[in-house]
Amino acid sequence: MTANTALRKVPARAPGAGGAPARTPRRRPASPTRRSGWTPWLYLLPALVLLGGLLVYPIYQLGLISFLEYTQAQVSGGEPTTFQGFGNYATLFGDSQFWQVLLATVVFATACVLATLIVGCALAVLLTRIRALPRLALMMAALGAWATPAITGSTVWVFLFDPDFGPVNKVLGLGDFSWTYGRYSAFALVLLEVLWCSFPFVMVTVYAGIRAIPSEVLEAASLDGASQWRIWRSVMAPMLRPILIVVTIQSVIWDFKVFTQIYVMTNGGGIAGQNLVLNVYAYQKAFASSQYSLGSAIGVVMLVILLAVTLVYLRLVRRQGEEL
Amino acid sequence: MKLSARIAAPAAALVLAGLTATACAPQTSDTSAEGDEKTGTLRVWLFQEVGNKPKEKVVDAAVADFEKSHEGAEVEVEYIPVDTRAQRIKAAFNDPDSAPDLIEYGNTDTAGYVKDGGLADVSKEFAAWDEAKDTDPTARQSVTVNGQVYGAPLFVGVRALYYRTDVFEDLGIEPPKSQDELISTAKKIHQEKPDLYGLAVGGAYTYGAMPFIWAHGGELADETGVSYASAINSEKARKGIEAYTSLFGDDNCPAAKCAAMGGNATVTAFASGKAAMAIGGDFSHAAVEAGAVKGKYAVVPLPGVKQGSIAPAFAGGNNIGVLKSSSHRTLAVDLMKSLTGKKTQAKMFDAMGFLPTYTDVRATVAKQQPFVGPFVDTLGAGAKFVPASPAWGQIDASLVLPTMFQEIVSGRKDVAAASDDAAKKMDAAFADAG
Repeated sequence: MTANTALRKVPARAPGAGGAPARTPRRRPASPTRRSGWTPWLYLLPALVLLGGLLVYPIYQLGLISFLEYTQAQVSGGEPTTFQGFGNYATLFGDSQFWQVLLATVVFATACVLATLIVGCALAVLLTRIRALPRLALMMAALGAWATPAITGSTVWVFLFDPDFGPVNKVLGLGDFSWTYGRYSAFALVLLEVLWCSFPFVMVTVYAGIRAIPSEVLEAASLDGASQWRIWRSVMAPMLRPILIVVTIQSVIWDFKVFTQIYVMTNGGGIAGQNLVLNVYAYQKAFASSQYSLGSAIGVVMLVILLAVTLVYLRLVRRQGEEL
Repeated sequence: MKLSARIAAPAAALVLAGLTATACAPQTSDTSAEGDEKTGTLRVWLFQEVGNKPKEKVVDAAVADFEKSHEGAEVEVEYIPVDTRAQRIKAAFNDPDSAPDLIEYGNTDTAGYVKDGGLADVSKEFAAWDEAKDTDPTARQSVTVNGQVYGAPLFVGVRALYYRTDVFEDLGIEPPKSQDELISTAKKIHQEKPDLYGLAVGGAYTYGAMPFIWAHGGELADETGVSYASAINSEKARKGIEAYTSLFGDDNCPAAKCAAMGGNATVTAFASGKAAMAIGGDFSHAAVEAGAVKGKYAVVPLPGVKQGSIAPAFAGGNNIGVLKSSSHRTLAVDLMKSLTGKKTQAKMFDAMGFLPTYTDVRATVAKQQPFVGPFVDTLGAGAKFVPASPAWGQIDASLVLPTMFQEIVSGRKDVAAASDDAAKKMDAAFADAG
């Protein structure tokens, strides 16, 4: 889990890492006084040391533990630590529940990302079209949702949708319908909460991006008779591409790693584990039943998946960008 | 592309580092003790109960006695929150330098802690202790792993049937005498009073479901020499599972609400007046007294299959054990005896209502406190215990049994399929634990 938290940093630096260094080698031969090739590394050293300590080392430990038999008995010295090779991975991939959970996680995360992006972008555009007072109100509401800790938000949502005492069922006239009993209604409920607490990030970032678009461009488009949708598709979205890339990757990573909402709202994975996602599953294995090595193996698998998704996405976006 | 190079570099470093890993393996601690000092400070961790003051008084008295009879020995007691006990105790095993000498622990954790190498074997001292002769067999079993004793029982906790006297009087019915009667009574009550659960049950209430399995002669697992083999899918166990899961439904406790409930939720439902019956422990007494049903309820043993019999209950409770890393072993064992001796347990019952683990002491207190009668009767009829295997902790934590019950009551699988799956998972855990 440490590794996953550290991962958040990757997409944030992605555009910079892709852009700046690409230009340096081309420029360097032109420079009259060739400096030592070590100078950039010297400047980078503090950051590299920090990254090494906070990112590489935990990932290294995660990877190492995933190859060992490492449970509570090994940690407290009751039994010797033994090397298992790919034993933990074999156990994991041989477990049919893992594949179900993986599938559920991918589908759930995809739905969350799409919903967050659509709602976030739509509200960002809306923000540019309304007057100051309603804009302030919408901003405050969004920031309130954003600032609410996930555990508080989840608890409140569970209460709102409680079959016996919740106001939602009363307003909708659903009687004592239990949202968390059915698999899909439980996932839908969690999706709503995830959407609620993550759309503000998308909205605020995209809104800032829209404000940075020169107004003449938009004005020209509307003078040419473009519809609102057309302006978004052909003018705003291409200009916002770098921002959209960042928010998409952020959302993918956040939503793939959802833990608190599932853990709190479905009581640790729902009826008969129907709402388990990978992170909660890893927690169950690693900490609840002290199989740290198996938990680490799940962590490594998540890391690989997220890295792969991010890289593939960046490649796709770049290729499109070149065509344009 | 530059990005992938950026990632490739640390990734390559990672692989290289992994190849040279043996020199810096993850942390492992050495929990074996270094000596056996006869003076010094003993540190004790006990659980912080709800309303802990009376417990502290009893402990303080036992400690004072101990310090008087052991020159140069001092005792420091710390009360740790029950919620975080697992982390605290694991941490103590990981770092022997800051670990206490004695800990209180839940009796289902015994085998796990022994495998972790945390608890000291006190078989000899326990056998030589005169008071231990009266320890009831189930309590003794809860400190025993592979024939060796790893602590002394502090109290036992057992569950029985709480029922609403006013509702029963209103409907003119008697407390059930057999399991069939229990189920039919529950459904009858719900029919007459639809806003009450007849018997509050929970899909995640493993310890409330076990008596049903045991009453039909089923077992969770059979001992096979050194390890265990799951028996949850045996013919008899399945009958019990069927009986328990038949209580979920619109005719008693709707699955949409009850499938997710655990033990506390069912007791809360009873205490707040939403259920006519519930399976609760002697330790639930305070919670029920504090609820809306105070003065309107009574307790009887949970009935078994045969008319007038008692279903075997799960013998929960806590033990006190000496840590392997303790550098004051002799003193620590003496303090353990003092904290779990007959005198302290009798006082502890008066203060906290915890049932003593000695049969004779228990009989005495039952006479003074009629409330504990049904619980003592339940224990007398023979309580049972979970498999004394380190795998149990894992089975419990990975929710094998709650998953089985929930699969059945939500209609996802039938009893046979769900119990076969649960048996497979249990066997895998037993095989892992060796």
